[in-house]
Amino acid sequence: MSASAPGSTDPSLIRNFCIIAHIDHGKSTLADRMLQLTGVVEGRDMRAQYLDRMDIERERGITIKSQAVRLPYTAADGRTYILNLIDTPGHVDFTYEVSRSLAACEGAVLLVDAAQGIEAQTLANLYLALENDLQIIPVLNKIDLPFAQPEKYAAELAKIIGCSPDDVMRVSGKTGVGVAELLQATVDLIPPPVGDPDAPARALIFDSVYDTYRGVVTYVRVVDGHLNSRDRIQMMSTRTVHELLEVGVISPDPVPSKGLGVGEVGYLITGVKDVRQSRVGDTVTTLARPATQDLGGYRDPKPMVFAGLYPLDGSDYPELRDALDKLKLNDASLVYEPETSVALGFGFRCGFLGLLHMEIVRERLEREFNLDLISTAPNVVYRVRMDDNSEHIVTNPSEYPDGKVAEVFEPIVRSTVLAPTEFVGAIMELCQQRRGTMDGMDYISEDRVELRYTLPLAEIVFDFFDQLKSRTRGYASLDYEPNGEQAADLVKVDILLHGDPVDAFSAIVHRDKSYNYGVAMAAKLKELIPRQQFEVPIQAAIGARIIARENVRAIRKDVLAKCYGGDITRKRKLLEKQKEGKKRMKMVGRVEVPQEAFIAALSTSDTGAEAKKK
Amino acid sequence: MPGQPPEGAIAPPDGQLSDRSLSRLGAQSLSAYVHIPFCASRCGYCDFNTYTADELGPGANRADYAGTVIREIEFARGVLGATTTPLHSVFFGGGTPTLLPSSDLARILHALRDTFALAPDAEITTEANPDSVDKASLAALRDAGFTRISFGWQATAPHVLAVLERTHNVDKALAAVRAAQEVGFEHVSVDLIYGTPGETDDNFRAALTAAIDSGVDHVSAYALIVEDGTRLGAAVKRGTVPQPSDDVAADRYVIADEMLSSAGLEWYEVSNWARPGGECRHNLAYWRNADWWGFGPGAHSHIGGTRWWNVRHPSAYATRIDAGESPAQAREELTDADQELERVLLGIRLKEGLDGIPDDLSAPLVSEGLLEQHDDNLVLTQHGRLLADLVVRRLT
Repeated sequence: MSASAPGSTDPSLIRNFCIIAHIDHGKSTLADRMLQLTGVVEGRDMRAQYLDRMDIERERGITIKSQAVRLPYTAADGRTYILNLIDTPGHVDFTYEVSRSLAACEGAVLLVDAAQGIEAQTLANLYLALENDLQIIPVLNKIDLPFAQPEKYAAELAKIIGCSPDDVMRVSGKTGVGVAELLQATVDLIPPPVGDPDAPARALIFDSVYDTYRGVVTYVRVVDGHLNSRDRIQMMSTRTVHELLEVGVISPDPVPSKGLGVGEVGYLITGVKDVRQSRVGDTVTTLARPATQDLGGYRDPKPMVFAGLYPLDGSDYPELRDALDKLKLNDASLVYEPETSVALGFGFRCGFLGLLHMEIVRERLEREFNLDLISTAPNVVYRVRMDDNSEHIVTNPSEYPDGKVAEVFEPIVRSTVLAPTEFVGAIMELCQQRRGTMDGMDYISEDRVELRYTLPLAEIVFDFFDQLKSRTRGYASLDYEPNGEQAADLVKVDILLHGDPVDAFSAIVHRDKSYNYGVAMAAKLKELIPRQQFEVPIQAAIGARIIARENVRAIRKDVLAKCYGGDITRKRKLLEKQKEGKKRMKMVGRVEVPQEAFIAALSTSDTGAEAKKK
Repeated sequence: MPGQPPEGAIAPPDGQLSDRSLSRLGAQSLSAYVHIPFCASRCGYCDFNTYTADELGPGANRADYAGTVIREIEFARGVLGATTTPLHSVFFGGGTPTLLPSSDLARILHALRDTFALAPDAEITTEANPDSVDKASLAALRDAGFTRISFGWQATAPHVLAVLERTHNVDKALAAVRAAQEVGFEHVSVDLIYGTPGETDDNFRAALTAAIDSGVDHVSAYALIVEDGTRLGAAVKRGTVPQPSDDVAADRYVIADEMLSSAGLEWYEVSNWARPGGECRHNLAYWRNADWWGFGPGAHSHIGGTRWWNVRHPSAYATRIDAGESPAQAREELTDADQELERVLLGIRLKEGLDGIPDDLSAPLVSEGLLEQHDDNLVLTQHGRLLADLVVRRLT
């Protein structure tokens, strides 16, 4: 065994780093090229974007779950270094996971598309990396593209980081140009990890993945001490103890080792079946010699966006429950509880980190578990304080309390928008419409600007991203992070069909917008609800006050005059089909509403669809 | 091309019916329908099984058609056996039956008479286009034994006839009725279509007035249905012709019902009105679920709980007949549940109404004003006639 065998690597030879990049700026391609150049993967075994495992990830070109890969690299000084490339999720919903990945590193490659410049999420993650004191290596990717503008974007990066444009490296993950130089730079620039090898073991969990065959695979970065393959380990937040079944490193397939030492990155398998027992951000220590102080920074994942998920076919409810139970094993941030809707039947109120997370969960449920689902419009969590000082946490608008409300609090976010300067007016207008308050504005280059707004999360959830993209011809990028809550003048708007409220259509909106919401929803439903035997009023109401009304007039004719030359069979089959269709109607009071009407009405505010397109 | 027939079970080449269906033969009256699948031109709204000379192609021609149908009559005799009741009614429909020479229609009718016999008071109807008859041809039909003639007027306003692509005008329509009356047809009917894009309430009133004043004893009025696969259907899809409105159709229906009944033509089926004694017996046989054999391509038959339908194209039909095989494309033998459903779906459309419906199903419909109780029978109100399909869904 060489000096760089897992478990006994000299920390001075270790470099732990991640790549911070926007979704399509070429992170996975660059990572693949690094795997190839270090000989970890032979060229012919190369599967495009090796590190992204799930189909959905590959299709969307984003990385949902991070992994860590150990790359032995012989540097210019002739010594073999261990580069641990820690992959990070690249989307706004996973800020916390990103922050834990960053905490496991000493350096970060800031990777920016040389034809597009930096994007808002990248900027946000860069700030996160700077807060963590990471050494930043600025890199422009895709310099082989004909539209690349390396000079312009090097200047932009230099200004943001405070370095010289000459310090910005230029690579092409596609052709491999500059990648060897980048590997050398990681050795030269990123500091080696520092830790106390004799102290009680402490390792940071930066990822936790459920594997059907192995159970939960936990990715850790050892800070102090040593983890041995025969240790019993303890999770410091929960004090739960697990037997270690296997310790190892990924290179790029799992390779078991005897242990992991200071600064090393690898995986642990304990046989637990639920990622909740091995949470990102927690500190692992040993039972035999436990540490007293955890590494800090652990947070319970907090769902920010809620939606009701219902099976289209009510009899699929048990399948949906089983599917959620399975997904939960691999997704510590997914929460759900059974919910009953008058309109939609039995389903689950699910909590997500954000819109993309919601969309991913929904898509996995439909794709991997073959379920047809209907989802209510997503909403945020409200804290409602009543006159009698009692308090309600509302995750479903239809559960908004009746009675005297003293104050309502809604979550707010700190958002960053990056866009070409020509769109500043349009962005300001949108943010103002969405009840935003401006926190600041900076030019990051001559023609690109960073706008900072505090916005209610509810406004972001309601098609903000679509609007932003359409008003900036797709050039703006957005990032946001939770920033507490604010009191707001919010009201619940109910939609009534023939006097009966339809729980799935209730929404909590700002009072100034309640009228527009009510009018729009009533008008939309008027088009979607088939005529019944009686007139059906569609009303939007705040409490007992009606703010909008439409009528679906009573049906007057429902008879097929023709007999089609004695083709009674055709007539009977048509009738049977109509009766079949009727069975799929949902009854709201006396009103028959086709399922398609719910789907169409709820899709108005389904901004998740946009995340899918990205 | 016309709408597709339903799917069904394979029909045996010898056309043999089940013992169950054969044993029921004679329990109800037996009628004959004769399909004449020819038109001079195809109207833009029509999806019936009919062909212009151009569309027909080789292998089938009008001149041979009567002979082919007569062979199907002989075939039917073999299937039904020797002991059927005389025919209660015969109906020649199309297409445009009067596009065939009267002598051909007469040959077919006489073959039916000679093979199955006609009841003494049998109703013998042919459909006719005002364009395709004259006094001489009508007289020939009357002489051949036809007792009733049904003219496809559809409308009288020129712009409505134009949208429907009908080639006649109101003068021809009136002249045809007059000629039929003069040669001795005691039963004359006209068909009207309402709700055509461009038609006004007054246009439709004028058509009704013309029909009433012409002295016919029967009027059928159908809401225009835009069918897929027709030129009108394509125009509606393109948006060059507006989709007919159900509300407008409902208004027109009420207009028809009120004008016709005050003129002495009472409704006896959802879309049919007649003076007492002028009701179409053949039409009633359909709704009463009686037995009939449909002759010709695409024709539907019902005998004792088995339904079948012939192959649609005239040349495919002729090939089968020439080979001595059943022209049936497929058939279905109705279950008891199917038959009960059909009894309700067909019978509720008649003025005579329907019995045997459980109170818990009918009572709400009565209280909602859709049905009335007449002795033991449930009868549609005017409101209920407009919602007859909805009523059937709730009764079954």
